[in-house]
Amino acid sequence: MGIRVCGISKRFGDFLAVDDVSFEVKTGELIALLGPSGSGKSTILRIIAGLEVPDKGEIYLRKTQVTSLTTQKRRVGFVFQHYALFKHMTVEKNIAFGLEVRKADGSFIRKKVAELIDLVKLQGYEKHYPDQLSGGQRQRVALARALATEPAVLLLDEPFGALDAKVRGNLAQWLREFHNQLQITSIFVTHDQEEAIEIADKIVVINRGRVEQMGNAREVYENPDSKFVASFIGRVNVLDAVAGDGRVVIKDTPYAVGNPDAAAMKDGDVVLLIRPEDVGILSGPHPYAIPVEVRRIHYRGSHYEVDCLVGSAFLRLIQSKNGFDSLELSEGKKISLVFNSYRVFEAQEGHAEVRAKLKELGYIE
Amino acid sequence: MQTEILLKTRGARSMGRMLLTACVIGWFLLLILFPVFGVVKEAFQGGIGAFVSNLKEASAVRSFLLTFWITLGTVVLNTVFGTILAVTLAKQRFRGKLIMEGLVDLPFAVSPVVAGFMFILLFGPNGWIGSWFEAGGIKIVYAFPGMLLATLFVTFPFVAREIIPVLKEFGLQQEEAAYVLGASRWQTFWKVTLPSIKWGLVYGITLTTARSIGEFGAVLVVSGSIINRTQTATLFIHQEFTDFNYSGAFSAAVVLALISFGILVFMQKVYGGKRRS
Repeated sequence: MGIRVCGISKRFGDFLAVDDVSFEVKTGELIALLGPSGSGKSTILRIIAGLEVPDKGEIYLRKTQVTSLTTQKRRVGFVFQHYALFKHMTVEKNIAFGLEVRKADGSFIRKKVAELIDLVKLQGYEKHYPDQLSGGQRQRVALARALATEPAVLLLDEPFGALDAKVRGNLAQWLREFHNQLQITSIFVTHDQEEAIEIADKIVVINRGRVEQMGNAREVYENPDSKFVASFIGRVNVLDAVAGDGRVVIKDTPYAVGNPDAAAMKDGDVVLLIRPEDVGILSGPHPYAIPVEVRRIHYRGSHYEVDCLVGSAFLRLIQSKNGFDSLELSEGKKISLVFNSYRVFEAQEGHAEVRAKLKELGYIE
Repeated sequence: MQTEILLKTRGARSMGRMLLTACVIGWFLLLILFPVFGVVKEAFQGGIGAFVSNLKEASAVRSFLLTFWITLGTVVLNTVFGTILAVTLAKQRFRGKLIMEGLVDLPFAVSPVVAGFMFILLFGPNGWIGSWFEAGGIKIVYAFPGMLLATLFVTFPFVAREIIPVLKEFGLQQEEAAYVLGASRWQTFWKVTLPSIKWGLVYGITLTTARSIGEFGAVLVVSGSIINRTQTATLFIHQEFTDFNYSGAFSAAVVLALISFGILVFMQKVYGGKRRS
């Protein structure tokens, strides 16, 4: 076991930032704390590092209870969101800092710094100051500095948050490879679900200071436990529907969607969440065919996205270029759809909220 | 055609510019150069020998020494306490912090003469605290401690005011980064916080020094201006002047001006160095 977080809570004034959060990270794992901004994920990371004291709960690092230990004694590596490099020190000095304050031997420090400079590929930048480096380079200095003291765990707070999209993708990939090479137990905080899916072994979804779900990327993406997870992870369509008589019927239409688990469902208003890639276009008859009208077609380079009108709601689907060409889709054309996969949630709890969130993210109109 | 117009506008512009430059130079002459010239001329009226002998006078030497000790004490004490105060105000949250931040500036708002009277009220032989010290045989007002206190009060805001904004902008992250890397609070202060507020501190110290050397009003009230005993350089100049000993007054004034000028040059150098790095 690398890191164990047991029932931690933290309140700032009236605001409950972290609410009874527990999870475990196995030794050598890389996990993502994923959630929107203000969800408490950074606070959790700071509590693990000892920069924040929890009101309740315990933290274990490598089987040792560290809750009452100071930051200095926890020996964690921490990469800050804006790197927090020491501006008045060169790259070399920044990396050596942790070893120098621990009074390590001079020749050992020099050797270690040279090693880390090689590792993060910053040869030739030893004497540069942080101001003279690009964002990606600063990020790597921050990482090397955090690793210099050979911490048991590495914590990264929005490690790519301050970088532009392209550098971000490269660096995320690089971090994954880097982690495979070092096998150091790591947690990184992000609000970017693609980043989490791309590089984490496991994802812990955080919302309003609570753990909504944890699992590997595929579990979280394909079997979301809650509407929040479903809507936060990946893109999703939201349709109002009515459940009854073992069927789920889309609101304002007579069309039912296939329902493998009707018995488990309560009758009444429900919400369907369907990922765009789970919507299929039918070429023949089907028991759950849904006739729709194509309203808008978006060209996206590698694929097309098609908005269709179902009853009074819009539904977005994804078509590959080839599929799109063979179907001869055009705006106004009537086609039939089927939902290959979807999730049903009760409508009452937080529906408006999910809608607002999706609207904000641009997934629905 | 084109070039002609260009020349014309350039001509007009350079006319305006020349006028502006002339104004600036005139103003500079009137306000700075002429007075300085007057002081220097007056100081050397009796030649270099008279200038030197004026300065060698025992009361002159003593007054400069006293200014030196007061300045040294003020700079040391206000640098240490100003830094502690700034760190407290910039980093800690506590009740009454806003009021305290406002009060830091009080010495700027209070006239030095009024400040001097405040100290006499408090530390004078019949004052609340002064009478207590007097009983123990320690003189505060009309003596060195009182003059140091008055100068400390007048220069109190400089160091704190210069470094509070720097500290606020500096934020907490670099310090937190140091803690995570294992640095104690003390190590963090010396290796991370202090280097980043260095320039603000240097500026604050310079202002404190300049003000301590030049302070007149507060020190005049508190010291009683006793010749050879509680007379600083500025008080000495004032004394000589009122005694119609102009050459003595101006000789000391030239030295004081040279010291101030030296501080200014030092500041410029330091700031130039900062820009280069």
